Amino acid sequence: MKMERPLTEHIHLDGTTRTLREYVKDGGYRSVQRLATMLGPKDVQRLVTESGLRGRGGGGFLTGTKWGFVPMGPSAPKPKYIVANGDEMEPGTFKDRVLMEGDPHGLVEGMILAGYALDAEVGYIFLRGEYHLSAQRLTRAIAEAYEEGYLGKPLPGTTFCFDLHLHASAGRYICGEETALINALEGKRAVPRAKPPFPQAVGLWGKPTVVQNVETLYNIPHIVNHGSDWYRRLSRTQDGGTKIYGISGRVTNPGWWELPLGTTAREVLERYAGGMSDGVRFRGLLPGGISTAFMTEEHLDLPMDFSSIPPEVGRLGTATMIVLDDHTCPVGFVLNLEKFFARESCGWCTPCREGLPWVARILTSFEEGRASKEDLALLDMHTKWLAPGHTFCGLAPGAMAPLQSALKYFRDDFERHISLRHCPWSKKPAQLRVVV
Amino acid sequence: MATIIVDNKSYTVDERQNLLSACLGHGLSVPYFCWHPAMGSVGACRQCAVKQFKDDRDQSGRLVMSCMAPAINGTRISIDDPEAKAFRASVIEWLMVNHPHDCPVCDEGGECHLQDMTVMTGHVYRRYRFPKRTHRNQVLGPFIRHEMNRCIQCYRCVRYYRDYAGGRDLNVFGSHDAVYFGREQDGVLENEFSGNLVEVCPTGVFTDKTFFHHYTRKWDLQSAQSICPHCSLGCNTTASERSGTLRRITNRFNSQVNGYFLCDRGRFGYEYVNSPHRIRRAVVRQERHRGQSGTTEEVPQPFEFAADRVRQARGIVGIGSPRASLEANVALRSLVGPQQFYQGIDEQEHQLLSTILNIFRTGPVPSASIHDAEQSDAVFVLGADLLNEAPRLALALLQSIRQQPMEQVDELKIPRWDEAAVRNAVQNRRGPLFLAGYQRTWFHEYATDTYFAAPDDIARLGFAVAGTIAQESPSVPNLNREAGELARRIAEALSHAQRPLIIVGTGSRSQATIEAAANVAWALHRQGKQPRLSVVLPEANSMGLALLGGRSLNDAFDAISQGTADTVIVLENDLYRRADQAKVDAFFENARTSMVIDSLDHRTAAHADVVLPAATGPESDGTFVSQEGRAQRFYQVFVTDGDVKASWQWLSDLGRATSQKNDRESGVGTWHNFDDAVSATAMVAPEFARIGEIAPSASFRLVGQKVPRQSERCSGRTSLTSHLTMHEPPPPGDLHSPLGFTMEGYRGPLPSPLISQFWAPGWNSIQAVNTYQNEVGGPLRDEMPGVRLIEPGATKVAGWFTAVPRAFQPTDQRWLLLPLSAVFGSDELSNRSPAIVERIAQPSLSLHPSDGTRLGLQEHSVIDLAFQGATYRLAVHFEPSTPVGTVGLSLVPDVSGVSVPAWVDLCAAIKIERTRRAA
Repeated sequence: MKMERPLTEHIHLDGTTRTLREYVKDGGYRSVQRLATMLGPKDVQRLVTESGLRGRGGGGFLTGTKWGFVPMGPSAPKPKYIVANGDEMEPGTFKDRVLMEGDPHGLVEGMILAGYALDAEVGYIFLRGEYHLSAQRLTRAIAEAYEEGYLGKPLPGTTFCFDLHLHASAGRYICGEETALINALEGKRAVPRAKPPFPQAVGLWGKPTVVQNVETLYNIPHIVNHGSDWYRRLSRTQDGGTKIYGISGRVTNPGWWELPLGTTAREVLERYAGGMSDGVRFRGLLPGGISTAFMTEEHLDLPMDFSSIPPEVGRLGTATMIVLDDHTCPVGFVLNLEKFFARESCGWCTPCREGLPWVARILTSFEEGRASKEDLALLDMHTKWLAPGHTFCGLAPGAMAPLQSALKYFRDDFERHISLRHCPWSKKPAQLRVVV
Repeated sequence: MATIIVDNKSYTVDERQNLLSACLGHGLSVPYFCWHPAMGSVGACRQCAVKQFKDDRDQSGRLVMSCMAPAINGTRISIDDPEAKAFRASVIEWLMVNHPHDCPVCDEGGECHLQDMTVMTGHVYRRYRFPKRTHRNQVLGPFIRHEMNRCIQCYRCVRYYRDYAGGRDLNVFGSHDAVYFGREQDGVLENEFSGNLVEVCPTGVFTDKTFFHHYTRKWDLQSAQSICPHCSLGCNTTASERSGTLRRITNRFNSQVNGYFLCDRGRFGYEYVNSPHRIRRAVVRQERHRGQSGTTEEVPQPFEFAADRVRQARGIVGIGSPRASLEANVALRSLVGPQQFYQGIDEQEHQLLSTILNIFRTGPVPSASIHDAEQSDAVFVLGADLLNEAPRLALALLQSIRQQPMEQVDELKIPRWDEAAVRNAVQNRRGPLFLAGYQRTWFHEYATDTYFAAPDDIARLGFAVAGTIAQESPSVPNLNREAGELARRIAEALSHAQRPLIIVGTGSRSQATIEAAANVAWALHRQGKQPRLSVVLPEANSMGLALLGGRSLNDAFDAISQGTADTVIVLENDLYRRADQAKVDAFFENARTSMVIDSLDHRTAAHADVVLPAATGPESDGTFVSQEGRAQRFYQVFVTDGDVKASWQWLSDLGRATSQKNDRESGVGTWHNFDDAVSATAMVAPEFARIGEIAPSASFRLVGQKVPRQSERCSGRTSLTSHLTMHEPPPPGDLHSPLGFTMEGYRGPLPSPLISQFWAPGWNSIQAVNTYQNEVGGPLRDEMPGVRLIEPGATKVAGWFTAVPRAFQPTDQRWLLLPLSAVFGSDELSNRSPAIVERIAQPSLSLHPSDGTRLGLQEHSVIDLAFQGATYRLAVHFEPSTPVGTVGLSLVPDVSGVSVPAWVDLCAAIKIERTRRAA
């Protein structure tokens, strides 16, 4: 049987975008037509709940459950908002970009349906600032959808009218955190908000708001068109649907593939990415963005979904993997990540703001051959304290995931930096200069 | 109430609190930074982490931030848990990564919350070995010093300045470990409440610049309880001194009045006490030298001279003062007799005060405390320019507009202390605040509706609101449609509120406005509401003076000119600020002897034959009655040098020296200490009967001891005078209060009027206030917040004010000149403080642009205005909010003594126009 790839089946592989005509010809906006006759908002909600759709931004939260927290009915606050999180700033992750550049109308349709299901009449696409091509193509798609009457007018046979706006981010990684994103949309500093209250109750402009990852929203038209049973069957595991997997690093054929959810990392790495490049050996991979823990050889046969990876191993994240090979220093690899996290900390809570730069400086001293055993203890301390609940949001705990797992799997390499007084992967000996 | 279990002990707490304030309220030490009792929780600093357990079987628990967790019944937490303790120490370690450890040279040292919290967590050893980040500091004007390198990024400053106080020009910039708190560029912090940053900042980023100029450590200060003399609100302050110099003013918590915050005039206006213009010697000036200060005749015994003149007097005129203590005014009244006591205010103000007094005495609506104002859920301000006349009340109203949206917050089940969530839910929604006036300030941005009009039109709006609420109250003929609709909206908002508040002021000198405000309050009362009425008065003790009674200044002038008296005693009053120069000149000319008892040199003192140096507030004991009618005691902080004495003491001495044998049994001559003054005051009027209850008397002792003004750690007692004497001089005695000018005395819980410095073991900063409260943020333990002297006498409205003025009509030739108060510039005492002087704007004339064009004036030009016998150089401001046909004159020092409102022919009065370089 042909493998179904509902999200990417029609995407042009030459980088051009699908036009509205192509989109409609292949069944686009058909779900919207169905609303009039067959489906009320509750039906759409039920379909999504039954499909087992889980958030594709990395959290894997059940979309139907999330929607269940939105106040419904005539007494619910108005307006409600649906926000597409297109702030794809996770290093190594490019799946949303593939979708938005290749098939912008899919996002518009997904947002209309989500809006309809939640009676949320206004939508925002919060787009990573650097995604200029996505911005161009989405702008055009939104304009076309207005012309065609999918936006700005009551949907055929209903009284529901949806407006959609595109907002290009001014930058910063933290904007991908849904509450920081809401603050940024409101024109405030992009600092996360404490939960509770959750955005579903108090979100954008204080109103009920659902923030969904772009990829998640692309799934909704297909669920509405084909039903939840079909959707569940797409996957190999209990989590429904397909997933866009990606690989970067020293592999033969880096790229992305839409595969059944629950495909193993080994299959993606060996069958699709063609295995490691010549002359390098696999040491580990970050399964989905840099705020996930390393997986090593022993974990490669785990189904890559939201429920099969044990918490002590890690989590799926965005499923766009970054591969660490034996020609790359794991300490330098992690240092690169921690510098990013330290720079992208919003500066709101103490452990993240002060802890991450300290960690980055310690790792720098490892790379420069100036680290000591005490530094290893300090790194351990940070991995212990920068934990969920201790910090204000997930950024610092995310930053600790690769560090903690690197300290677990590659501790020898850290210790060799101390005993050799230089980086074993560096040809240069330790430099005698003051660390700045 | 709820029960929570902390380290296996049960505590009863209010479940509306968070765990942090619940713990602090029980004296449990949980360190914190970003939380503030007046500003709620945001969960930024992560310092207040405690271990929370699901139930009694849960052994592992999880760390939670106590400021962000509700004190729900059955909550089980541990503060002493090793993991929680280690985490809290780590938070300090992180904060210390970039903190400069410059405590020995930091102004905050010794009263630094960061020091306290560091000690509390036990973090001692530094493991961070890399360079620290550094910042450039900013010059923020005369009040505040900025040292960003000390910053621990608790975000309190911006939360206070922007969210709480409505400021715009302080912000947070940058991100990650380089966030910066400051202005966009160097410059004066604009907000009128910027001084609170000094207390809000938990470390030494924002410090008091005036204090820096004569810095001393907290433990070396000699302090006593003060009442702010710079407006009529009566904010409680602590005044602190060392070596004869008043060093600073800090906030003194009073739950009913100022709470945690002061305005900048109150905090930085104190340096008049140290002014070189202080009168320190009693002098006699021969007649030919009158008016020329400094040329005095050496009379060996000035006081004897004065007493002689009093004895020889053929009638004495005693002129009291709204800035002198109640006791000083009573002393003067007693010396000269009630018939010869004049209030020292002009006819118009005299009339306004008696109207206001009648409204409170005979009406059914009580006055409002600042706390009441904060809690009110709909406010209508008529005429008063709060930001300039009673700033702390404006700050209270910025909180009151949050009251109505809070109902929605409650529906969302968001706890009120969850500040960030509350603000996210509320967004820009604000409760009703209606501002009617004739001068726009930034405060108007927070108003539901504003109305800029001449005082008579503001009064008409008020009468119309009253008429809409209660049909019985007089209606307003020929009201224009715009005002009519506004009146309807205001009436509706006030009628729907639970705690409506009406505020009116005396700044515009409009009797009609005050009467209209009373009608509104009474109309609401008639509808079964529980409104409150707040009347902003001109000076610190205006209400006390009004209650005391007496005639106006004009009557005093008449007494001298008609020859019924020949001797004048002026108590702490510069008459040239109150009447035109010619009249005052004639008054002194015609008096045989004029005596002035005052603290600062001014034109009146310069015209006196005898000048007796009066103590300022921080050098004397006394009582002020605030605009609310709240009597509050202030205490002497230090003994100053020279002949300086409290005014009531000079008057008492005069009384003794001049009394006839037969009245030695009574009268001011029999007063020997301040308690005598208080007892005598209590007898003067029935409303003063409880004046003795506001604070403990001089004989009050705890364990047989007085209460020290100095800390246990006050240093240098024996060495400060070692160049003069080898012996330790005895401390000055204090007959007048239960306080001592020493380090020795009772240390322990005190009645709240006797608490000068908030200080507790482990709590050296102002945050120690927590340890004086049963519930954090609530009243002090056994608080004595002063005594309200006037409560409603009636339960029903006896009658309505019916004198609805006619609509204001601009004329062709003449303009109505209206007074514009200035927070920096209109208060006599703070105007003599250097930091305030730096903030005083040049005198200006505001007028509507169309009037400006009519007069051919250029915006920003400078004109000379000849008016009431003097010429003033004024900057021209075009201001669209100025009602057409009126002009506003800023009441700054160069313009004092004018009598406004007044009609003026501007075409004739404007003499020259010069183009000024654009500002």
